Amino acid sequence: MIYLIRWLIGKLRRRTTSPAVALSGRDEPAVHARGERFVTPRKVAASDAVKGDGEVGGAPALSALGLGKRFGDRVAFDDVSFEIGHGEVFGFLGPNGAGKTTTVRTLGTLIAPTSGSATVAGIALTPDNGVEIRRRISIMPESPGLYLRLSVTENLACFADLYEAPNPGDRVDRALRAVNLADRANDACGSLSKGLRQRVALARALLSDPQVLFLDEPTSGLDPVATRDVHELIDALRRSGVTIFLTTHRLEEAERLCDRVAILNTTLRTIGRPDDLRDQLFAKTLTVRTLIPLSEPGRVFADLPAVDGWRQDGARDYVLAVSDSTLAAPAVTRALVQAGADVLSIGESHHSLEDVYLELINEDEEARRR
Amino acid sequence: MSVSRRRVRAIFRKELREYRRNRTIVTGMAILPLLFLVQPLVAVLNLGASASGGLAHEHELLYLLAIPALVPATLAAYSVVGERQQGTLEPVLGTPIRREEFLLGKALASFVPSVAISYAVYAFFLALVEIFAQPGVAPALLRGSDLLAQLVFTPLLAGWSIWVGIAISTRSSEVRVAQQLGVLANLPSVVVTSLIAFNVIHATLVVALGGAAVLLVLNRLGWRITSAMFDRERLITGTR
Repeated sequence: MIYLIRWLIGKLRRRTTSPAVALSGRDEPAVHARGERFVTPRKVAASDAVKGDGEVGGAPALSALGLGKRFGDRVAFDDVSFEIGHGEVFGFLGPNGAGKTTTVRTLGTLIAPTSGSATVAGIALTPDNGVEIRRRISIMPESPGLYLRLSVTENLACFADLYEAPNPGDRVDRALRAVNLADRANDACGSLSKGLRQRVALARALLSDPQVLFLDEPTSGLDPVATRDVHELIDALRRSGVTIFLTTHRLEEAERLCDRVAILNTTLRTIGRPDDLRDQLFAKTLTVRTLIPLSEPGRVFADLPAVDGWRQDGARDYVLAVSDSTLAAPAVTRALVQAGADVLSIGESHHSLEDVYLELINEDEEARRR
Repeated sequence: MSVSRRRVRAIFRKELREYRRNRTIVTGMAILPLLFLVQPLVAVLNLGASASGGLAHEHELLYLLAIPALVPATLAAYSVVGERQQGTLEPVLGTPIRREEFLLGKALASFVPSVAISYAVYAFFLALVEIFAQPGVAPALLRGSDLLAQLVFTPLLAGWSIWVGIAISTRSSEVRVAQQLGVLANLPSVVVTSLIAFNVIHATLVVALGGAAVLLVLNRLGWRITSAMFDRERLITGTR
């Protein structure tokens, strides 16, 4: 009789809940079907967050202070400090062996730090709080780690039970729709391609409706289409207010998805918004190309507002160091026209996050050689 | 510490599903009991009716207790290190599951099929003896005390074998090594039951009660000791 009543309640719930809309509240998973939009007012939206300051209405979603981990004499990572706001997508970049995965495992309570302190989803990172923290977070490791003999649904149902998720059947269905895998629900995981397995692992990470989601190289080994799907899902999760800690080697991915990034090379090298990091590391420049070389470039570029200096780069190219390109560019254009120069192009130089990354990592390499 | 039945059940179900779809495990679980069935069966079926008097002082049936001692050993020895090698341990340990719950789920998944197989083989043996043995052999062999010992010691021996196997599994870095050590560690149980079966150790009520009490204590301690040996960090990183 009890089972019959439960079954009837389950049926009624299913009818009254639209699968296309993720409802508010901790009981519903933050997942969406492809092409469907999240409607999730339960957390402060990312756009409302004071990103970069790591605080939204009080405690940050994730914080670390002087966090470190040693394995004997070997330092995995050391003196790592940051604060991540609710709903923020935080990129964690670094070369192989920099300590990214160990940091994720430490924050995910899988291993214990040897120094420093942290709070995860508002809870202090201590051995006693491990279970409570793991209830509020989800970790997608680099390797999907699926039970290959079990079907996709069986894998997810097992994890829904491990999280003690209410309405596990619904959760599994929604997670599958979120990663566009509903049609492969009954396939054995061993029969899926690497990309599809990665998607199953992502669905598994969504089952618990996590406050903080750790994604360790989520697009590693995926083809461009699968990568795009994962990016869309991360965007959707961001809109729903989930805090995402993303480790990746793909710098363009970090640049596209992350509100802020940190670059780790055992110690934290830098942290900030991609634009700010570029400005910190690279001087702003304007590049001018003319049809024929200028006869007196020194006279043309002298005393222009916001132009700090210039150098010739090849026969017809000039690179101008500027403090404010919006002020400098019109002045440079006028000066060139007055000098009678045939201008082919004037452009602001753009540095990618990759430039920032390589600059910092190369600095470390040079320091080590010295 | 409260144990979540739902999480224990999740691990238990998952394990059983994996067993069902893994031919190697199914074959291994079938072959070992059959090997232990053959020797006593041949011996009993070859007995003449006149030999039934001599059976009154022997405990041929207890030889079958080797089955619950050995069948779960390989399963249990695979349980943790197998997940580790497959790369499935990290996602599981990333959930709110406690190590005690994880290990209990694993232990139950080894325990239930092993005990079921042991009882099934035992029932099969009794049926064959009843049908094919010479007149007088079956009543002499099938004594209430031996049947009771079989019923009581099967789960106790299986439990002990499982905790030893899991303890080895939590400390091993390779499946095959763990399984070999698991079987090896349970050989003393097999030796003792065989010695009782062949009347080298005299089976008395005191011996039976003492053995059962020791195994009961060991089973209770097994869960705690194995849980204490279960080191998340070492299992995930392979260090420490």
